[in-house]
Amino acid sequence: MTRTLGDRLILVLLVLAAFVWMMPMLWVLTLSLKPNEELVRSTHGIIPWPHTLEHFSTLLRVSLTPRWLLNSVVVALGMTAATLLLSSLAGYAFARIDFPGRRAVFLLVMAGLMVPEQAILVPLHAMFASWELHNTYFSLIAPRLAAPMGVFLMTQFFKAIPRELEEAAELDNAGRFKVFWAVMLPLSRPALTTLGIFTFLFAWNDFLWPVVTATQPEMYTLSVGLGSLQGNFAMSEGLGFLMASAVFASAPMLVLYVVFQRYIVQGIAMTGGK
Amino acid sequence: MSVPQAPEAGSRRGGLARHRNAIAGYAFLAPFLVFYGVFLLYPFALGLWMSLHDWEIVGDFREYIGLLNYVELWDDPYFWEALKRTLQFAAMTAPAATLLGLALALGLQKPLRRYAALRAVFFASNIFSVTVVTLVWSMVLNPDRGLIANGLRAVGLEPIAFLADQDWAMPALMVSTLWWTAGFPMALFLAGLQGIPPEVYEAARLDNASRWAVLRHITLPALARTTLLVVVLQTVMHLQVFGQPLLMTRGGPANSTRPLVQLIYETSFRDWRSGYASAISVVLFVLMFSVALLQLRLSRQEGES
Repeated sequence: MTRTLGDRLILVLLVLAAFVWMMPMLWVLTLSLKPNEELVRSTHGIIPWPHTLEHFSTLLRVSLTPRWLLNSVVVALGMTAATLLLSSLAGYAFARIDFPGRRAVFLLVMAGLMVPEQAILVPLHAMFASWELHNTYFSLIAPRLAAPMGVFLMTQFFKAIPRELEEAAELDNAGRFKVFWAVMLPLSRPALTTLGIFTFLFAWNDFLWPVVTATQPEMYTLSVGLGSLQGNFAMSEGLGFLMASAVFASAPMLVLYVVFQRYIVQGIAMTGGK
Repeated sequence: MSVPQAPEAGSRRGGLARHRNAIAGYAFLAPFLVFYGVFLLYPFALGLWMSLHDWEIVGDFREYIGLLNYVELWDDPYFWEALKRTLQFAAMTAPAATLLGLALALGLQKPLRRYAALRAVFFASNIFSVTVVTLVWSMVLNPDRGLIANGLRAVGLEPIAFLADQDWAMPALMVSTLWWTAGFPMALFLAGLQGIPPEVYEAARLDNASRWAVLRHITLPALARTTLLVVVLQTVMHLQVFGQPLLMTRGGPANSTRPLVQLIYETSFRDWRSGYASAISVVLFVLMFSVALLQLRLSRQEGES
């Protein structure tokens, strides 16, 4: 392919834009690695030098950050595992079992896609308050398991799997659950991976519901905890610390992103392809 | 979906098979339906019910007041201000994110390795949580020691207190939001571009069509469906804006950046007026529902033409 002058110009512009795009994160990384004495003098530069890990060690020693990290891991893993299980069970029923009322129930579930979380935030809070279940892992996870998106994705995916693959198992007189577990689930690994990554990302970054239900600092997720630091720290004293906490909270997501980039991009293409 | 199925093995005992299907179907669905009923359908109905009450969670006070909450909304300047700010934010940010995403996708569509790295850069900010994004941008926009202030000083200009200035606060929130979210529309457009058959471009190349003509007459029309989807997804998403103003400006200065979700949040969890907050939620729901319906109608029309 020949490269015209126009192509080159666009490329240069894009590289420049990418650099500008990355600047805020690079700068924050730099600040998180600078000693306090240096930060008081200036916040210039986006090269992390001279560097120190003091802010990160403070983060792990004196703050609740390790506890928040644990909470985030429990909530994100719990929500992901439960979503995968519930969605694939329900998706299998909608795609493969011809039970009475299937169409009506499917429409009822899909109607839930139209209900945003803000519309049910206040009543959800009232429900958990009357059960006295705020500030628990259950309250952080359970409301998110009602989202119908996973069911929709799994239904679509199961429908696309050729029936012959199950028929062989059915001839062996395997029960429905066994066909689902031993034949369908292994076949749907790509869909499960995509749904799993998106659920995990969503759970990790979720803010609105966690900030409502988790009011005790011990039950904050990393995302909520970071929000609470922003209010409490004067930018001047805790700058390096604050920046270190931002880096700390985003590092797991960056790793996940680099490892699973292919699935994330595929998943987005699926959203657009429906 | 309701196409008659080929009779399954053992359908001589049709009634029994139907019965077994019913049990199996609902058994597989039961776990999800329990959560769906308890944590989605029920709270949705409860929210409508609450909006007809003077309802306070603290002290467990509730009194049926009919539509009085909605009447109060009508006369509440805070509500109108928040509604205006929400619409303003979505009406500016959604088209901007769409255009930015489209521009990036057009620039980065060719399958070269170098471009893969660039694509990753633009998409990466999408995976941060709103608290990371607001922390980073509060600092970048800080008038004393922020990245932008440093830059302005370096060229001899006065730094601007973006987040404390009524004229600058909203645009500053929009720019931070664009940085956070523009990677998603980019990815959708990239997927859309891949769906255009290469033969169409071949023909244009043989005709010696200019770059601009190809873009205008082939690429953009082919992306119409994707564009509609992106605009709707972005609009619905930005109508829900919450974390950025809450954490960066607290709705200020002078209430110039408080959106509806923040108003719901504060009304319910700071002022404990949950009935009134539910009424605001209903308005937000209707707003988002209308956008989704609009999409449905537009995509139908497009399907017919």
